[in-house]
Amino acid sequence: MAYQEDPILEEVTNKDYEFGFVTDIEVDKVRNGLDEDIIRLISSKKNEPQWLLDWRLEAFDIWKKMTEPEWAHVNYEKPDFQAISYYAAPKKKPKLNSLDEVDPELRKTMDKLGISLEEQKRLSGVAVDFVMDSVSVATSFKEKLAELGIIFMSMSEAVQEHPELVRKYIGKVVPRTDNFYAALNSAVFTDGSFCYIPKGVRCPMELSTYFRINEAGTGQFERTLVVAEQGSYVSYLEGCTAPQRDENQLHAAVVELIAMDDAEIKYSTVQNWYPGDEEGKGGVFNFVTKRGLCDGRNSKISWTQVETGSAVTWKYPSCILKGENSIGEFYSVAVTNNFQQADTGTKMIHLGKNTKSTIISKGISAGKSQNSYRGLVKIQKSAKNARNFSQCDSLLMGDRCGAHTFPYIEVDNNTAKVEHEATTSKIGEDQLFYCMQRGIDEEKAISLIVNGYAKEVLNKLPMEFAVEAQKLLAISLEGSVG
Amino acid sequence: MISIENLHAEIEGNQILKGLNLKINEGEVHAIMGPNGSGKSTLASVLAGDENYEVTEGNVSFLGEDILEMSVEDRARAGLFLAFQYPVEIPGVSNINFLKTAINDIRNSQGLEDIPAKEFLSKVKEKSKLVELDGRLTNRSVNEGFSGGEKKRNEIFHMAMLEPKFAILDETDSGLDIDALKIVSNGVNAMRDTKRSFLVITHYQRLLDHIVPDFVHVLYDGKIIKTGDKTLALELEEKGYDWITESVAV
Repeated sequence: MAYQEDPILEEVTNKDYEFGFVTDIEVDKVRNGLDEDIIRLISSKKNEPQWLLDWRLEAFDIWKKMTEPEWAHVNYEKPDFQAISYYAAPKKKPKLNSLDEVDPELRKTMDKLGISLEEQKRLSGVAVDFVMDSVSVATSFKEKLAELGIIFMSMSEAVQEHPELVRKYIGKVVPRTDNFYAALNSAVFTDGSFCYIPKGVRCPMELSTYFRINEAGTGQFERTLVVAEQGSYVSYLEGCTAPQRDENQLHAAVVELIAMDDAEIKYSTVQNWYPGDEEGKGGVFNFVTKRGLCDGRNSKISWTQVETGSAVTWKYPSCILKGENSIGEFYSVAVTNNFQQADTGTKMIHLGKNTKSTIISKGISAGKSQNSYRGLVKIQKSAKNARNFSQCDSLLMGDRCGAHTFPYIEVDNNTAKVEHEATTSKIGEDQLFYCMQRGIDEEKAISLIVNGYAKEVLNKLPMEFAVEAQKLLAISLEGSVG
Repeated sequence: MISIENLHAEIEGNQILKGLNLKINEGEVHAIMGPNGSGKSTLASVLAGDENYEVTEGNVSFLGEDILEMSVEDRARAGLFLAFQYPVEIPGVSNINFLKTAINDIRNSQGLEDIPAKEFLSKVKEKSKLVELDGRLTNRSVNEGFSGGEKKRNEIFHMAMLEPKFAILDETDSGLDIDALKIVSNGVNAMRDTKRSFLVITHYQRLLDHIVPDFVHVLYDGKIIKTGDKTLALELEEKGYDWITESVAV
């Protein structure tokens, strides 16, 4: 059918990135480049113990022997690793006891993002560990959590205060040899979050971290570690925005989750980093290794992600289901627009008996973007009666974008039950016409249809996040009809 | 209410409407019948503003406004409603949320506040009874997994909720069994009054036993070639279209 989509697609491309601003804070930044000296410098700036420096240096050796992977369905100019500064910390390093001591410029930044700490504080039950260019500057609710024995702090602090825990678990789920970017992260990570829930404790609030990339040309190498001891529960929220930049910015984080017997970890992400402009210039490269280990019996790890940002995304939050009866879940909405490229999905590795996994992936492509789902379901010989259900849906807006599905299934145990469903649909001009005939304006109609499509996943997000995610979907796709 | 003059419309270069004239006054019910391909559904789509059709000539005035210059949603907000022949499914969007969005968009365009929740809910309760629509269906996603009959009833439910000034029913009777046909017709009849007008597009006379029209028009090859009262429908049922079409063929 003859449908006018070009003017509308043009309109999308004219939508400016709302969070494109740079905070003017004095920054302590190391020279560009990557070598042993830089790693030693980072480690000494952070006053790290010898074992961690050694661990970093070993990772650097491993990384040097690796080559950058190329198998993903993405196309980009590879970063020059020697042109990046691997450490940037605000110079006026604040020791904060209250919000009033936060740098006013930073406060303004947070206000622009709509996540001012006052607001966050008022939101019942959200503790925020605000990470800005590699160093945590404000942590709230810490005391309240401490009463329960919950440790929630920046990775740097954890290294100082709980070195035995960090040493025990770091690299356990994502070893340094795992992949190119994990090795790089292990060598140069500057900060991140550390979260430890003791035995039998149900964390009473959502733990939340907002990441921001700020200093131009600074790579971000976050390291997050969440450990849930036996019978504990935690819901962790990660939200991200980055200011507008011309040059591509590299982000290679590592997130490790460990759930012991009967423990449950929910990890939710809303990511809207700068996706680049309408010509595909600029934007964040997001190459993240996220993996959870269901170590104990009856443990459960759920990943929920809403991805609307970044120029190139390469990310597979995964679960290793080692404990008997353990459960892994992956719920994802990935939106790409303009020239964005996303290759994302999950890996569910079944090792234990009666392990179960569920994958619900909803891709939405608009503009000239490419959106790929790549997933592996692996049932090892030891995983008797393992079950998986996968559903991968793709929604196309316009006819210049692409959606791809690459499901890999490896089954080594014939008692396994694996189901896979996939659909591809085009956002119907007939659906839009129907909505508009009822008096609903076009933008709202798109938002309705897209949110309806993504509902299964959005429903998995904690309340406060779900609202933000819905708005984000509407903003990301504003005007993109096809 | 609506005045259509010399309307010409085409799709992908094919001329479908070739000089259609029709005037509908307040409170009137007009039926349009005609063989397949005569342009019945095209007329409905063009009036609603479907961009797949191009109007090449003619005028349509709705409540004194040039409707052809208006967007789809503005036509709807002005009070034009189309009950679709094939209602679409919108997965994940509840029928209730959908209608609430529609009602509020219409109200906001008229400078009114959002409908109060209580008022909305009692309206849903009242109107869903009208078409004997199960409470379950009103809460499900728009048309998703509805049977053919349920979809058509849902269209009438939408109409009852939106209370348009002028409603076009595009083959609302197709695919309905006799019970569903009665339910749909009762819903429409309950909405008839001295102000509201209807354009009923159908293939079958039996619908017009239930929704009794003031006028019946025969559409053939993009033009109205005969107009009569309800007895014309009976005559068509009995004799088919040939006796009329032959008389106009040159």
